Amino acid sequence: MANRQVNPNRMELMRLKKQLVTARRGHKMLKDKRDELMRQFLDIVKANQVLRQRTEQLLAGANRDMVLARAVLDPAVLEAALMSGRENLSLDIDTKNIMSVKVPIFSAEFEMSGLRENLPYGMASTGGELDQAIIALKEALPVMIELAETEKTAQLLADEIEKTRRRVNSLEYVLIPELQATIRSITMKMDENERGNLTRLMKVKDMIVNQALEKARARDAAADVQ
Amino acid sequence: MYKVGVIGDRDSVIGFRAIGMAVYDTEDIELAGDYLRQMVRENYAVVFITEKLAEGNMNLIRELRNQKLPAVIPVPSITGSTGLGMKQVRESVRKAVGIDLFAESDSLQSQDTNNL
Repeated sequence: MANRQVNPNRMELMRLKKQLVTARRGHKMLKDKRDELMRQFLDIVKANQVLRQRTEQLLAGANRDMVLARAVLDPAVLEAALMSGRENLSLDIDTKNIMSVKVPIFSAEFEMSGLRENLPYGMASTGGELDQAIIALKEALPVMIELAETEKTAQLLADEIEKTRRRVNSLEYVLIPELQATIRSITMKMDENERGNLTRLMKVKDMIVNQALEKARARDAAADVQ
Repeated sequence: MYKVGVIGDRDSVIGFRAIGMAVYDTEDIELAGDYLRQMVRENYAVVFITEKLAEGNMNLIRELRNQKLPAVIPVPSITGSTGLGMKQVRESVRKAVGIDLFAESDSLQSQDTNNL
């Protein structure tokens, strides 16, 4: 683990210790966030799978009906009938907040009643097969919109989970060990300084004592001579 | 109010016109990409695109995946499903979890052989 270059003093040590506490707290919180996101994500993704299967079934049915209609009707008539519709399908978007990921909620007004009455073309030139195909599509539409909502949500959550996982890992495997290593090295450096200081003091004390002894001896010797 | 659109070959998507969606019919992959970009600019909320055209424009769709709008949803065309839609669902699972949770045993095996 590469230590950062820092001055081994108390100030730095305190700063790093504080940073370590923050990093640990952040790590724990991000981990909780990741777990909760994951829980929600798994539910949504299961729903997503079910919806997709249903959509694909419904669309396959609608497509079958459409092939039938195409077989029975003159292509020009078919086209004219379908193109006469207006592009009037629109959605309202609400936003839901899942663990601070903003996901869309689509809501559209469907006229599910009167499926049969609201066909956008006249009955004179087209047969029942086309009606059947359009009704099948209309029935598929709410499921498709729901699928769009769920799938988008799953994608946004997956992205957020990936980001959160990266953050958790970088805290867990890079920042926190690095801080710990730096703190350890500062502590050791300071201990080493402390020991160095202690021996120096002991040495100085020895020297002072020795000097005092010398002096005392010299004084005694002088007194003996007199 | 946001719009709902669909991109695909004529036979697959023309029916959606009758239920009020904006229909862009093309079989050309690049043109489909251009339509898709245009729809992003025009505030579409949901764009359904046939799986074949989605496959050709995967890069663009991946970019759009992390944006709030639009939701680009691959749907099977008139010739049937290619399984791309399901593959996408699994891909987001793999992205989130790190492993493919919903992998069926056969696709797991094929993945293993790919890795080897």
